[in-house]
Amino acid sequence: MSGPSTYEPKSGITRWLDRRLPILRLAHDSFVAYPTPRNLNYWWTFGAMLSLCLIVQIVTGIVLAMHYVPHIDHAFASVQRLERDVPFGWLIQNIHAVGASMFFLAVYIHMFRGLYYGSYKAPRELLWILGCVIYLLMVATGFLGYTLPWGQMSFWGATVITNLLGALPLIGESIKNWLSGGFSIDQPTINRFFSLHYLLPFVIAGVVGLHVWALHEAGQNNPVGIEVKSKADTVPFTPHATIKDLFATTLFVILFAVFVFYMPDSLGHADNFIPANPLQTPPEIVPEWYLLPFYAILRAFDFNIGPIDSKLAGVLAMFASIGVMFLLPWLDTSRVRSMRYRPIARQFFVIFAVVCFALGWCGGQNPGRILFKVAPFSATMNWVTGGQVTERSIRATSESEWQQAADAAVAELRSQGAGMTAVTREGATSGRITGVIGGNQQTRVVSGDTSELLEEHITEVKQEVGPATPFFAVERSSPARFTVTNFSLLLTFYYFLFFLVILPVLGLRERPERVPDTIAKPVTQGAS
Amino acid sequence: MAEAAHSAHEGDTTRRDFIYIAAGSVAAVGVAATAWPFIDQMNPAADTRALSTTEVDLSAIPEGQQIKAMWQGKPVFVRHRTPEEIAAAQRDDYANLKDPQHDADRLVQEDGQPGKAEWLILQASCTHLGCIPTFAEGAYHGWFCPCHGSVYDTSGRIRSGPAPKNLYVAPYVFTNDTTIRIG
Ligand code: HEM
Ligand code: FES
Repeated sequence: MSGPSTYEPKSGITRWLDRRLPILRLAHDSFVAYPTPRNLNYWWTFGAMLSLCLIVQIVTGIVLAMHYVPHIDHAFASVQRLERDVPFGWLIQNIHAVGASMFFLAVYIHMFRGLYYGSYKAPRELLWILGCVIYLLMVATGFLGYTLPWGQMSFWGATVITNLLGALPLIGESIKNWLSGGFSIDQPTINRFFSLHYLLPFVIAGVVGLHVWALHEAGQNNPVGIEVKSKADTVPFTPHATIKDLFATTLFVILFAVFVFYMPDSLGHADNFIPANPLQTPPEIVPEWYLLPFYAILRAFDFNIGPIDSKLAGVLAMFASIGVMFLLPWLDTSRVRSMRYRPIARQFFVIFAVVCFALGWCGGQNPGRILFKVAPFSATMNWVTGGQVTERSIRATSESEWQQAADAAVAELRSQGAGMTAVTREGATSGRITGVIGGNQQTRVVSGDTSELLEEHITEVKQEVGPATPFFAVERSSPARFTVTNFSLLLTFYYFLFFLVILPVLGLRERPERVPDTIAKPVTQGAS
Repeated sequence: MAEAAHSAHEGDTTRRDFIYIAAGSVAAVGVAATAWPFIDQMNPAADTRALSTTEVDLSAIPEGQQIKAMWQGKPVFVRHRTPEEIAAAQRDDYANLKDPQHDADRLVQEDGQPGKAEWLILQASCTHLGCIPTFAEGAYHGWFCPCHGSVYDTSGRIRSGPAPKNLYVAPYVFTNDTTIRIG
């Protein structure tokens, strides 16, 4: 806290209370007299909205828990009953479901604010790290909550995420079974997920307490990013910040209400209105929108990196993408906090923000979707009409000599005038060769926009030419192409580059613009 | 005498260290012993583990069809393969496979006895991220995973797409000619 307390109890009761439990003093010093930098802009109002969100989730959640049944046979129906039969259940359920999205909307803006204005730099490292802890807990809470309604997305989302943990070497399988309490997502899972989903928001509330405590110890950062130097740099929290927070929060609540009343289901996935069915996978599994960027990072790897297989690489990258935020205070080496005075860093920041959105977009797409390709998929089909078909068996003396034996058989048949040959292996050392001697060699090239279309065209040609033709030689060629997976990889690369290379190097290299001497100066002089 | 006094002095400090270390160790063991039940309670419970076998009557499955049996809460493919499907699976034993395995090795029962070529018993979970592949689709007419496009052949081996491994064989044994027990 800055300076000694200025609270003066006015009545006998408050004086009595102040001697025994100075709670009003704490409130006064924290939310009335508390000095805030006088240049704070609206990006500083999201903390207030986040506090509101937490309260809203807890209050509506407790009500939902009075009607919700954590059982695989009843969970889905109990949420439907909540929406249809329980008085105002529809309202409370919608507030809770939309509330989760609003919570994440606010937290992302809050985090980007911190990133832009360097709010993680000394002496606010712990403040930032506590924020990262809250974010992690929110992700966990959101994930657990999303499984509770027990729709198709709930079930399959939980299945995919727990399977990911199974990718960890050695311990993965045990962790997976430990988490789900069985060998699949089932009754034990929904029961414990409910218990933990109820618990975690209160843990969040505790960490928020620490977060605010750390904030009041270090003081707020501000858009110019320099410390408060005198009383002229600050204004009291009430009325300045109070009214500003109230105004911004009102706008936020209006947006919230628009979703709750006019499009409560627009942020969710339609498949979650189908009860969970462990026998059938929905055509596409996607998480809630606020986790899409991480889902994209998870699926960005389609190749193995040395001993790390593609699946594990994705899991590690996803955890690292959150882990790296914890290190941010030490990765950014710049002496200047606010990017307002860091022209180059500002540009990289904008790219970073765009990359995060693009990752979110990728997370919602089918990873195999082709974004660009240099040419269509094509195939050259060769066959022979007429001629005489011969078939012979091939025997190799040992498994390792199979290839030589097969090559020899091909050469032999070719030397006898076969235009086309095909080898089929039937065992370790045995196989068959078929060839057509004489006849007319035919060729056709087919192409298609996707590999599936190409296969269709190939089948068409085969049907057209007819079953009389003994066989076709099909040589497929896939064009160089750029898929959603490739794009995700590129974006993931920039994500890590920004934290691990750009911020550390740029901080040492960049020449920042002139930073004002005090907070008050640009505010008071800029006006005149 | 001087010798004894000296060692008594030395002994004092060692004894103190010993007490610290001993107390610390007891506390650490105590914390671990207290924490363990709270951690272990989340593991699959006895009744969940007890439910872990399933019997399947094969006589009800016509050739060329499969059923999904539930085992440990997860579906298992029980596929009655046609001679063509068996032939294709065996022929591809030597094809260029991502996770090379012979068809015959994928039929082996849990007790090590060879299986029957018509009956393929696999865990119905794509080895990529666990979706359930659809029956008799994809270029090899084995299975096709709709989630990210993994293609499996009639032996359940991965042929293309992001999945790293073949579909896992479910542990099973023939209890008589037309019945298997999974698990
Ligand atoms: C950090 C705060 C919280 C977040 C981010 C959150 C998020 C969620 C989400 C995303 C759902 C799924 C909603 C749907 O799709 O219909 C959900 C459901 C649920 N939550 Fe929460 N929640 C929070 C706090 C709480 C609290 C404090 C409680 C109880 C004390 C609670 C109880 C429930 C219940 C019973 C459900 C299942 C009913 C339903 O789906 O509407 N939640 N939560
Ligand atoms: S889960 Fe089957 S391909 Fe991804």
